[in-house]
This record gives sequence, C-alpha cells and structure tokens, in this order.
Amino acid sequence: MQQPFYWRRAGTLVLLALCLLLAGCSSALMDPKGVIGETQRSLILSSFGLMLIVVIPVIVMTIVFGWYYRRSNTMAEYLPDWAHSNWIEAIVWLVPVVIVAILGVITWKSSHDLDPHRALESETAELEIQAVALDWKWLFIYPEQGIATVNEVAFPVDTPVRFRVSSGSVMNSFFIPQLGSQIYAMAGMDNDVHLQASEIGTYGGRSTNYSGAGFSGMVFDAHATSEEDFDAWVAEVAQSPDTLTYPEGYSELAERSSFHPVEYFSNVTPEFYERLVSSFHTGSDPDTDTQDAPRAPAIDSNEAYQTTDNQADGEAEDGQTISNEAGE
Amino acid sequence: MFGKLSLEAIPYHEPILVLAGIVGILGGAALLGALTYFRKWGWLWNEWFTSVDHKKLGIMYFIVALIMLLRGFADALMMRTQQAIAAGGSAGILPPDHYDQIFTAHGVIMIFFVAMPMVIGLMNLVVPLQIGARDVAFPFLNNLSFWLFAVSALLINISLFVGEFATTGWLAYAPLSGIEYSPGVGVDYWIWALQISGVGTTLTGINFFVTILKMRTKGMTLFRMPIFTWTALCSNVLIIASFPILTATVAMLTLDRYLGMNFFTNDMGGNVMMYVNLIWAWGHPEVYILILPAFGVFSEVIATFARKRLFGYHTMVWATIAITVLSFIVWLHHFFTMGAGANVNAFFGIMTMIIAIPTGVKVFNWIFTIFRGRLELTSPVLWTLGFIVTFTIGGMTGVMLALPAANFVLHNSLFVIAHFHNVIIGGVVFGMMAGLTYWFPKAFGFVLDEKWGKRAFWCWLIGFYVAFIPPYILAFYGAVRRMQSYPNAEWQPYMIIAFVGALIIMAGIACTVIQIVISTRNRKAYEDVTGDPWDGRTLEWSTSSPAPFYNFARLPVVGDIDSFWSQKQRSNEQLDNAPYTDIHMPRNTAAGPIISIFAMIFGFAMVWHIWWLAAFSAVGMLVSFLARVFNDDIDYYVPAAEVERIERAHQQRVEAQA
Repeated sequence: MQQPFYWRRAGTLVLLALCLLLAGCSSALMDPKGVIGETQRSLILSSFGLMLIVVIPVIVMTIVFGWYYRRSNTMAEYLPDWAHSNWIEAIVWLVPVVIVAILGVITWKSSHDLDPHRALESETAELEIQAVALDWKWLFIYPEQGIATVNEVAFPVDTPVRFRVSSGSVMNSFFIPQLGSQIYAMAGMDNDVHLQASEIGTYGGRSTNYSGAGFSGMVFDAHATSEEDFDAWVAEVAQSPDTLTYPEGYSELAERSSFHPVEYFSNVTPEFYERLVSSFHTGSDPDTDTQDAPRAPAIDSNEAYQTTDNQADGEAEDGQTISNEAGE
Repeated sequence: MFGKLSLEAIPYHEPILVLAGIVGILGGAALLGALTYFRKWGWLWNEWFTSVDHKKLGIMYFIVALIMLLRGFADALMMRTQQAIAAGGSAGILPPDHYDQIFTAHGVIMIFFVAMPMVIGLMNLVVPLQIGARDVAFPFLNNLSFWLFAVSALLINISLFVGEFATTGWLAYAPLSGIEYSPGVGVDYWIWALQISGVGTTLTGINFFVTILKMRTKGMTLFRMPIFTWTALCSNVLIIASFPILTATVAMLTLDRYLGMNFFTNDMGGNVMMYVNLIWAWGHPEVYILILPAFGVFSEVIATFARKRLFGYHTMVWATIAITVLSFIVWLHHFFTMGAGANVNAFFGIMTMIIAIPTGVKVFNWIFTIFRGRLELTSPVLWTLGFIVTFTIGGMTGVMLALPAANFVLHNSLFVIAHFHNVIIGGVVFGMMAGLTYWFPKAFGFVLDEKWGKRAFWCWLIGFYVAFIPPYILAFYGAVRRMQSYPNAEWQPYMIIAFVGALIIMAGIACTVIQIVISTRNRKAYEDVTGDPWDGRTLEWSTSSPAPFYNFARLPVVGDIDSFWSQKQRSNEQLDNAPYTDIHMPRNTAAGPIISIFAMIFGFAMVWHIWWLAAFSAVGMLVSFLARVFNDDIDYYVPAAEVERIERAHQQRVEAQA
C-alpha cells in the first residue's frame, strides 16, 4: 500500500513541475485569443516536441556515459584508440539533418502562412487601425471612423484587423501577446500586421523593443468587443471634446511622457498617418510641415531598401509585403 | 578648455555610484600604495606590462576579465534586485535612467570585457604551445592588442564616475543612439571603448591567424593541429572578417553624432534598419568567435580525461569550418519582426537551423569520446558535462527562436534573454572555467583546488537553471526584456526566483575566487613539476610548467594527431640528445602600453569634446608608434648555455620530485 501512495505523490509533483514549466494554461502565449496566436502556439509546441527527439537522448547519453565510463569503473569497456565509426558518424549526421529538414519545411510554410503582411481570410470586412509609437505611448488612429485614441485600442471580435504600424520617434515593436505576431514600428516606414481576436476580452499590449527611459510605461489595453459595443465605443470617442491636428496637435502629443493616460480624440486631421510617415522622407520637422505642403518625393533610402525586399520576395505584385503607400 | 566636461559630470546625487566611486578610488589608492611600498613598480613594468610573452599576456587578459566579471555581475545583481521589487506599480530602487545604464553596461562588459578577453587570453596562453611555436607571429602587436583592450576597460569604468554610460542597450540601436535621442556622453563612451578595444581585437585576429598558419612546428600539418587550435583559427578568421564591420558601423554612428551626418537617422535619407543589419552582420559572427574556442576547450578536456582519442577528429574540424561559414548568413534572425517578406525570413530561419546540424554533430562526438573511455570526473569534466546538457537545451530554444513565425511572439521577450544566457553561460562561461582549470598549471606550475572547483561548478549549474528557467516561463506571459518596472504583480514570484538564482551564481563566483586564493596559498602542495599533470595529449604538456619563456628548448617534431600522447606510448624511444642551440626571441617593449595610454586619453577627450587634448593624444599615439617602427633593437638571442642551464635546473627538480 505504501508504494502506490508514494507514486501518486511523485506523480503529483511531476504534474506540478510540468505545470510550472509549461507556464500553466493561463499564460498569454499558451492561451491565445486569436487565430494567429493559436497557430503560433501549436508551432512552438510541435517544434519543441520535434527537437526533444534529439535533446532527450543527448542529455540521457551524456549522464549515462559520463557515469558508466567513469575512471573507477574498470568493468566498462576501454578502447583508447577507438575514434571512428562510419555507422555512428552516419547516424549523428543523419538524425539532425532529417530533423532540420522537417523543421525547414515547417519554417518555409509557417513563414508564409503567418506572414504578418498577409491579409486574413474572412467574410467580415477588414478594419484598419494605424498605430504610431511615440515617446512613450501608443497613438491609434481609425481612418474610417475619423477618430484617434492614446494607449487604448478597440476592435470587434472575429473581424480581421490590419494594424498599420509606424513610429514618430525611435524604433519600437507593437505587440498584443494573446493575439499573436508583433511587428517593428519604425519612423518613416509603413509596416503592418494582421490580427484577429476570436473571443471578447481585454488583452494587454505593449512595446517590446526598448526605446528609452519611459519604455516600461509603453503599455496599452486592447479591447476585443462585440459589434455593438465597438460602435458604442466609437461613439464615445467621437463625443470627446479633444481633436488631433497635424502637425500642431501632434507635436504637443509627441512630447515625452510615460505612463500616459488614455486619451480620446473625436476628430483627426485627414491623412494624419500618411503625412507623419512621409515627414521623415524629406527630413523636415513635423513642426515646419504645413497643411498644404507637397507630398515627399518617393526617392529615399528607406524606401529603396524596402522595395528591394519586396522584389526579392517576388511578392510586390500581390501587395503582401510592406507597401510604402505614404510616399507614393 | 575642458569641452563638455565640468564638475556636474560627477554623479554626486546617486548614492550607489558615490559609494562605488569611493570604494573604487580607495581600492585603487591602496593597490598603488602597496605597489609603491613593496617597490614592485619596476618588476610590474619590466616583467609584465612591457612583456611580449604570449603566456604573460594571456594571464593579464584573464586577470582583467575576472575583475570585469565582478563589475558586470554587480550590474546583473542590481538588475535582478530591481526586477524582483518593481512589480505592480512599484518603482523599485533604480530609476529608469540608472537602470538603463546598468543593463547596457552589463551586456557590453560581459561580451566585450569578460567573454572576449577570456577567449583571447586562453588563445594566447595555449595556441603557441599547442603548435610548438616560441611566440606569436607579431609579439609587439600582441602586447598592443592587450593594452588597447585594457585601457578600453578602464574607459568604461571611468564612465561610472565621470558622466554616464549609454542607456541604449548593448548594441546601441540607432536612432535611439543618435544625437537626437541620446544627447549625453553615454553613447560616446560606448563608441570609443568599443572602437579602441575593437582595434585591439582585430590585431589579435590577424596575429593569431598568421601565427597558426605560419608558425606550426615541423610535421604539424593542418589536420594534425589540436582541436583547440582549429577552433582558435576559425575564431580568428571570424574576427578578421567581422570586426571591420563593427568598426565601420560605429564609425558611421560617430560621424552622425559628431558631424551631424545622417547614416542612421530617421530622416534626411538615413536608414535606421541599415544600422541594425550591420551591427548584427558583426554581432552574429561575434557569438561564434566566443563559442568556437569554448568548443575547442571541451574537446581537449574530454579527450584528455577520458584517456581516449577524440571521436571523429575530422568531422569535428569540418563541423567547425561549416559553423564558421554559416555564421555569416544568419544575422537577420535577430530581427525577423522588422517585417521583411516571408521569403527573406524563411531563408534566414532555415540557415540558422542548418547551423544546428554541425553543432549537433559536435555534441555527439563529445559523447562518443566518453563512450568506451575512462572518464575521470574532475572539475573540467564536470564543466564539460554540464555544458553538453545545458548547451543542448539552449540550442533547442535557439532553433525555436529561429522559426520566424514563432519568433513573432518570442522576439524581444525574456525567452531571448534566457536563450542567450543559456548558450553563453552554458557554453562560453563553462568553457572558460574548464579551460582555466585545465591550463592553469601550465601557466603557474601548480594545479587548482578540486574541491572548490567542483563547488563552483555546482553553484553555477544550479544557479543558472534557477535564474533562467523563470524568464523562459515569463516570456509566455508576455514579459519583455529591459523593463525597469512592470504592472503585472503575478510575474513577481518568478522574478524573485530568478534573483535567488543570481545569488547562487554569485556563490559560484565566490567559490572560484576562494579556489584561486587557497590554491595559491598552498601552491607547494599543489605543485606540478612534471609539466604534464593530466597525462595530456598535446604539445603544451610536453614542456615544463610554468613553461619557460622560450616555450620549447628544442622545437618538437610532430607525426600524429595527439602527438605528445603517442610519443609517451612509445616510451622506449630514444631521448632527443641533440645539443641546445641559441634561441631567437623578441624583446619587451614599452610601445604597447604607451600607445594605448594615449589611445585612452584620446577616447576620453573625444567623449568630452576636449579637442586640443584629442589632437595632442593623437599626435602622441602617432609619434610613439613611429618611434617603435624605427627601433631596430627588437630582438635578441638566448645563448645555448643559458637554455641548457634552465633546462638542467628543471630536470633536477623533476628528479628531486621523483
């Protein structure tokens, strides 16, 4: 009777350890709330499992061989000049090659399936939200709704959202862990990531790329809501007495601040995002950029760089990679 | 007169810095006072500072590296303390500005001023002995390389008390490191410390590349070289190929900051992502510069202590070469989330995974070296076994990060932090500790205490897992790197566990310090007069310990891999009784330290915009370099009689012992 009890307790301990190691079931990446995040979870788990095929034998062999062939064990075979075996060499090359080949195929497929620039397939029309990293807060602009917010974003559940991501300052990275993929926010570059929430809820978001003293406070809440609640939220934002103009209002907002409170703007200067992105192409300061200044010419090293990428991908035609609409 | 430098640059208002400053100044004063009191200055200058002996330079690299390890580790402890406290709205003990300097300094110091000098120090100590050479190809350059590195380490430490250090992260990504977003002197300290030590590293790369290719003893073909020398060769090829990229990139950043140019600015045609590409085009080979020699150490240690030939020598060499080449075409995996297209990301992801193949093969070769061996479980072997287990796990998490689609959720998270500490502690640190213990008797003539060595190992191993499993887990909760504080109170328990892990590692470092102190105090008891305490296989064990300054009285002739081992097997072989000959040796030179001191003054003057001083020290560097160039008296001959006297004294000691 002793033994089963002992084993049960050991089993509980193992389970507890596993729970701790697998980060429980409640962690953001293991409990995703969107299609992208779900695919990424299974990708992480399957690649982990695949590699354990090599990793576990290696660890076991290291410990077992290290112990069995210890100096004091004179029973063990000792062949001081044995240093080659075609069989072993073949196996130690072949096993990693096979696993990496499988992983390579997975890599190729998943890189394309989960390409952040790729639009999600859905019956529902896509919602565009423009996210701009500032020192040290996130500005969200809804071009269709004509509203903007700071450090809070909302979108209807089960609706594909295209986040266009840029920066008014240094490089940041836009990330809502429970929904999946992050993407860099870079000044003068119009990046994007497609996400979709599958469950109503509030999910934490943040910048993951260190951007200076206020970086820790660059957090925001992302609300995935019902269609009605989203409309109500838009209406609420549209009630705000504040409006956001470019470049004057922008300059004020761009002043350094951390743990910036949530702000609503009922109106935004048209093409705010595009003008901000292209402001870096001329090199002009947003302050000196006037309302009717001509758009920047599309010749610029950032642009050339990204165009090269697009062409290298052979994907320029289907528009899945970064497009520099702002400058064109 | 003093550029931007004024009394305000001294951080009076930071109690931690003031305390560190006082301790530093008092400690330095005590050291200088003791040197003066015991009249050791002349000895230090003549025997050590101006020495061109690769063994002494190797020892000096290690001493500076160990001191910098204490500094870098103090930074680590402060970071762990801060993150263990600053949860759920608490601000912790370090304000962002200070915390940001600390994590930047921690990264810079641990890579450039701890890992690099340990690796280069070990190459200095071992490579010429392993290839049967009397010194490196360019002994003066070797001394200069060391001093350029040492003064850069000093410059970094000056930034602690005069001004500030960068708050940009260790790679100083533009545009954050540009003048617009970092107007202070912190980034300038980073620039000049890296440029000056980078020149030293490049010279080392050239020096050892030439040494290994041109100065091998008779009979040592490339495929008879010990594995450590092979890995050192590949590492130096990487240095030669990659460090110029770093130098050029940092030079362009310097032009941006000092002359208002726009290589890496947001606007005016600058390209910030070009900076990120360039810095990683250097940065990824850099990690292989560090890890390859560690692989070499493990190969030597495992073969020696298993008393068995290394399994698959040729496979090992080709795997090393494959890693060397591949390490140049994977750099983009550090920033998949830049948003390059799927094809680009997939290419770099697959290339990264391919590196896992030769690395995996190496791991199996070590395991099969143990197989059918007689493994003595000494502390270098424990480090090696601990390495195989830990590094394999680190390699696995590395492949997970190399999957672009998975990287999109893991990038910049604590998973990355846990991964690279997993491979750098489990690989480079364990390797350097194994190498230190293994070759210590060759440098000093006595072995290190095993008991404290094993304690150090267990503390490091356990401490590593306790400190770095929590960040792996926290990454899944969305915790990212470089957070000064975090609102999520539920992360705190993990952060506290990680802090405890750091304390266990601290105990490991303390064990190493105690180990060195105890062994030095009891060095008579730990003495090894044979020169071959481990029953070694390669040439460095064939000469006495500590090796004479000329390394080998008669240059050995090699006919095999593990030539010393096979020579010992044929013990009935006729002893070499050929008469001793005069030995050609390089003279010590003061040029290295003098040029480097001018280089440090130049760096300091540039940081603070003290232009007259910068001009003066630049001229100083040039003049002292020219003085060295026109000095013809740079070598001498050790008479055969002197060699015979030294060798006979050694033989008498061996006989007395026996």
